[in-house]
Amino acid sequence: MKFTADLAIDWMTKANQKIQDNKDYLSSLDQAIGDGDHGINMARGFDAVMNKLGNNDYEQVADVWKESAMTLMSKVGGASGPLFGTALLKMSMAVKGEAEVDDKTFVEALEDALAGIKQRGKAEEGEKTMIDVWAPVVEKMNEAQTVEAGVLRDTAESAMEATKDIVATKGRAAYLKERSKGHLDPGSVSSYYLFAALAETLEGEG
Amino acid sequence: MKKIINDPNQVVTEMLDGVVAAYPDQIKRIPDTTVVTKKDAPVQNKVGIVSGGGSGHEPAHAGYIGKGMLDAAVAGEVFTSPTPDQVFEAIKAVDGGSGVLLVIKNYSGDVMNFEMAAEMAEAEGIDVAQVIVKDDVAIEERDGRRGVAGTIFVHKIAGAKAEAGASLEEVKAAAEKVIANVRSMGVALTPCIMPASGKPGFELDDDEMEIGIGIHGEPGTERKPLGSADDIAAELMDHILADMELAESDDVAVMVNGMGATPEMELQLVNRKVQAILQEKGINTHKTFVGEYMTSLEMAGCSVTLLKLDADMKELLDSPTTAPAF
Repeated sequence: MKFTADLAIDWMTKANQKIQDNKDYLSSLDQAIGDGDHGINMARGFDAVMNKLGNNDYEQVADVWKESAMTLMSKVGGASGPLFGTALLKMSMAVKGEAEVDDKTFVEALEDALAGIKQRGKAEEGEKTMIDVWAPVVEKMNEAQTVEAGVLRDTAESAMEATKDIVATKGRAAYLKERSKGHLDPGSVSSYYLFAALAETLEGEG
Repeated sequence: MKKIINDPNQVVTEMLDGVVAAYPDQIKRIPDTTVVTKKDAPVQNKVGIVSGGGSGHEPAHAGYIGKGMLDAAVAGEVFTSPTPDQVFEAIKAVDGGSGVLLVIKNYSGDVMNFEMAAEMAEAEGIDVAQVIVKDDVAIEERDGRRGVAGTIFVHKIAGAKAEAGASLEEVKAAAEKVIANVRSMGVALTPCIMPASGKPGFELDDDEMEIGIGIHGEPGTERKPLGSADDIAAELMDHILADMELAESDDVAVMVNGMGATPEMELQLVNRKVQAILQEKGINTHKTFVGEYMTSLEMAGCSVTLLKLDADMKELLDSPTTAPAF
C-alpha cells in the first residue's frame, strides 16, 4: 500500500460521513450508559475537520493527520476529543516526513496511536472503552504486517460488538457497574466507523 | 420541551455574554474563546486559580470569579468538558508569574482536557499545579468519585489562600485539604433536558426519586418512591456521615445545593433536618450555604455537602470574596 495525503483526506471524509449519518444513533448509545452527547460532540468535531481539510492543501499524510488531530482536540471536548485527537496526533508523528506511507509504517502508526490512547485515558483493554476496538485491530494488523481492508473491517466490527458484554470500569459508564452490560460502548462504535471508513478508502484505492 | 433559548448551538456563548454583561466591572471574556476571567487578570505575584467544566451547572463556574476566589472559568459545551486550547488560554490569561492552580472535577473528560492544557502551559514555561475534586460519596471507590458541589468550597478556600499571597505549592495544599475533608451526595426528582437534543438525560417515574444522582444525571445508588424532606435529608446525611470522621464539637460548613428546579423553600426544609442531625451529634455548624451553587440544568433535586473545618480553613472560608455567586 502507498498511503498518500489524498487518501488520508479521503479517509477523514468517509469517517465524517459515517459519524454524521449515525450522529443520533451514537448519542442514543451514550444516553444508555453515559451522558448522551457522544454523537453531537463527534459530529461537531468531524464537521470542523472537514472544514479545515477543505480549506488547505496538504502534501504529507502527517500534515493531514496532525490537522485533524488538533481540530478534534479543540472542537470535540469531553473524553472523546483528547482520545481521538491523541490517536491521530501519534499517528502523524509516526509518519512524519513521508510522502507515501507503506504498510509497515502504517501499522507502527496504529501501534503508537493505541499506546497514546491508553496513556491519555489511563485505561487498558477490557474496560469497555474504545481501546477494546483499537487493541484487537492493532494486534491483527501487527500480526499480518499489512493493512488489509476486509480484515480491518471485520476485526473492528466484531470487537465493537463484543463491547456489549463488557462491564465498564472506566468513563461515565463505570458508574453503572453491572448495568453497563448489554450496551455497546459508544466510543468503540465511533472507532469502528473510523476503521470501516479506512477500509473503504483502501478498497477504493485497491 | 420548553426552554428559553435562541439557538441550541449558541446557548453557551450567549450565556457567557449575559454573565459578562451582568458583572461588567468584575468579569471579562477573552475574545473568541469560552473563557471568562477577572477584569484585572492577571494579578501580578498572585497564584491564579482556574476552574471550569461543562456548562449547565450555573452559577458554576463563571459566578465564582472574583477577588478571593477564581481568576478564570472555562466553559465547555453543555455537560461536556472544555477543550485543552480553551483551558490553555485561561492559564495564560491569569498567570501573574506565581503559577496557576487548576481545579478539576473528577470526570475522565475534564481530567484529560485539563491535563493536556497543563502540558501545553508547562511547555511555555508556566508553573501549573492541579487538584481533582472527588466529593460524591454515592460512588464507593474513592478514586472513582465524581466532583460535585464540594468543588465550590475548593474554589473558596484555595482562592482565599492565593489572595493571602501563598505560593502555588501552599495553595495546592489548601485545596487538597478541602478535597480530603469534603463529602457530598445528591438526589433527583426529575431529569434534566439537554438543549441540543431536547431529550431528558434519563427517565424517572412521577412518584420516584434517585438517591446518589450525579450532576449530569449519572445513575445513583438507589431508585425508590419519593420520600419526605426529612427522609431525604436523613438518607443523604447517613451516607455522608458514614464516610467522614466527625467527632463531637467538630466544626463543619454545610451546603444544601439546589439542582436547578427545586425551590429554596424545599432546600430550607432539607437544611432544617440536616442541622437537626448535626446538632443531635454535637457537631458545630460554622457556616451554612443554602441555594443554587452547582446546578444540573432544570433537574429537580438537591445535594448536601459537609466540609470538616479546622481553624485555618475557617479563616479562609470566612475571608471576603467579590465573586457574585458566593
